[in-house]
Amino acid sequence: MSAAEAQIELQGIERVFHLGDSVVHALAGIDLRIDAGEYIAVMGPSGSGKSTLLNMLGLLDRPDAGHYRLEGRDVTTLSPDEQAQVRSQRIGFVFQSFHLVPRLTAAENIALPMVLAGLPARQREQRVRQALQGFGLADRAGHRPDELSGGQRQRVAIARATIMQPALLLADEPTGNLDRATGDEVVRLLEQLNAGGVTLLVVTHDAALGARARRRLLMEDGAIRHDQLKQDGAFADAHA
Amino acid sequence: MRTRDLLAFAVGAARGNRVRTALLMLAMAIGVAAVVTLTALGDGARRYVVREFSAIGSNLVIVLPGRTETGGINPGSFVSSTPRDLTVDDALALLRAPGVQRVAPLVVGTSELSVGGKLREGMVVGTTAEYIEVRQSKMAQGQFLPSEDWNRGSMVMVIGAKLRAELFPNEPALGRFVRVGDRRFRVIGVLASTGSGLGMNTDELAIVPVSLAQAMFNTNTLFRILVEARNRDAIEPVKRQVAQVIQQRHDGEEDVTVITQDAMLATFDKLLRTLTMGVAGIAAISLAVAGILVMNVMLVSVAQRRSEIGLLKALGASGGTIRAAFLVEAAMLSAAGALFGYALGLAGAAVIRALYPTFPAYPPDWAVLAGLATALFTGVLFGVLPARNAARLDPVTALARR
Repeated sequence: MSAAEAQIELQGIERVFHLGDSVVHALAGIDLRIDAGEYIAVMGPSGSGKSTLLNMLGLLDRPDAGHYRLEGRDVTTLSPDEQAQVRSQRIGFVFQSFHLVPRLTAAENIALPMVLAGLPARQREQRVRQALQGFGLADRAGHRPDELSGGQRQRVAIARATIMQPALLLADEPTGNLDRATGDEVVRLLEQLNAGGVTLLVVTHDAALGARARRRLLMEDGAIRHDQLKQDGAFADAHA
Repeated sequence: MRTRDLLAFAVGAARGNRVRTALLMLAMAIGVAAVVTLTALGDGARRYVVREFSAIGSNLVIVLPGRTETGGINPGSFVSSTPRDLTVDDALALLRAPGVQRVAPLVVGTSELSVGGKLREGMVVGTTAEYIEVRQSKMAQGQFLPSEDWNRGSMVMVIGAKLRAELFPNEPALGRFVRVGDRRFRVIGVLASTGSGLGMNTDELAIVPVSLAQAMFNTNTLFRILVEARNRDAIEPVKRQVAQVIQQRHDGEEDVTVITQDAMLATFDKLLRTLTMGVAGIAAISLAVAGILVMNVMLVSVAQRRSEIGLLKALGASGGTIRAAFLVEAAMLSAAGALFGYALGLAGAAVIRALYPTFPAYPPDWAVLAGLATALFTGVLFGVLPARNAARLDPVTALARR
């Protein structure tokens, strides 16, 4: 383990859901260290806690116990508004179902995080233009989501997730609603961003997608069963 | 989030669901239109009454002997004697006041009237030819008292409609004689039936020249002096002039009371203003109802846009930003609806004016302002709860639902 400070550090994270009388440990004592620029796939069966872990990392959910340090700062104790600020500046989300605002055009959807952050219009326009160019959407700027293909929609969503230049990109089944070819295209796009220095964490069922990551977390019953690093094209448990 | 972006976002959201937006604006519009139209009716009634009143001799100033105002007790109260009486010369003197158009002195008393063998107790009024003009009464038959020297009257009489019917049933009254005390008066006119006025039923009056009435009642004082000002604006000056003239003639003693019909008019004015405000209050209830509708629609909107709200939170929107977005939307829709309703209300008032040209149905400014302000206020007030709900939404569950 490197002596330098990790980008993400989870210590004893617990998340408990009460469903009627039964108690579900969605996350049971998670300890995790992620360094800047890592490419991680989180895998596991449904209900294993993958999405809860993602929401926790994205500050959409609060742990019932434990500590989450992001870039050396304990973010579990922040107020909701401070957490929103962190989400705005440091974290990008990509969802399985894209979550584009249907009444806004592609360009407006991409600009949304900057609008919410209160950036001046001129700066927004410039960045959106660059993003549209970079993601091959230049001729789709004025189209609404229902006029775009699935791949285009996800590219818009990724452009939106990265427009604020976050340090951490969280993707929940980013290819789940796409065919194989478009899915590959989207994954390559995400990997390009990762190559540019963004930490990429992908939650997926897809073994092929999971195999592309450099590090793989296998979850089961709210715990990380295996934390594997790719060595010579094969995964091996990191702390075996 | 910048204000301009906030507004643009709200506009976009409003345009995203046109049916919802239209319904909400319509509710507000109906509320404001109700306020504007109903107050236009109320205030129109007020203007109508005031105008009609002004047409029937509202330029009247009435002089009564004695002071009715209380000034407390001072040493003068014990020294000063009973007030001087009003005389015919006082009335004549008033004619010299610049704002005065006409003057009619008034003496009132009861006496026995007899025609042939019939006797009747009746009210006898002594006055002059000007009386009919000042009171704007009308003749049914014959003519009113002739213009002549106020101190020397002819033995003629004008009687009210009811008196005529009782004294001369089934026979012409003009030219007949009526005995009052030991004098005989020739009937030269019959007043048109009007009902009561100034506390006297003119239908039962027997009107004779003022000097004869004074002689009959053995007095040289007057009961009232009716003064007609040249126009409405002259009423207040005339009131002052009259008091001044009488005061000069009464050795500097201000011993008369001068009242105006304007005071009465002011009462009506106040009454109808209050009525209009009441009507506005009733109409304002519809604004409250519209406010509740705003709340309902916005609550449904929050439920419908859960995933959008979750997304905004994921993208870094604070609770405050989301609250502001929904509040601005509610306020904007309310304001737009209110303006639309204002136009609708003005149109309604215009329709009323077109149907009844004599009825000045214009909404008063205060009602328009109050209506618009209330609409905006209720819109924002009832937008608070939905906006708070939106801001408190848990992003995880909001995003999970599709």
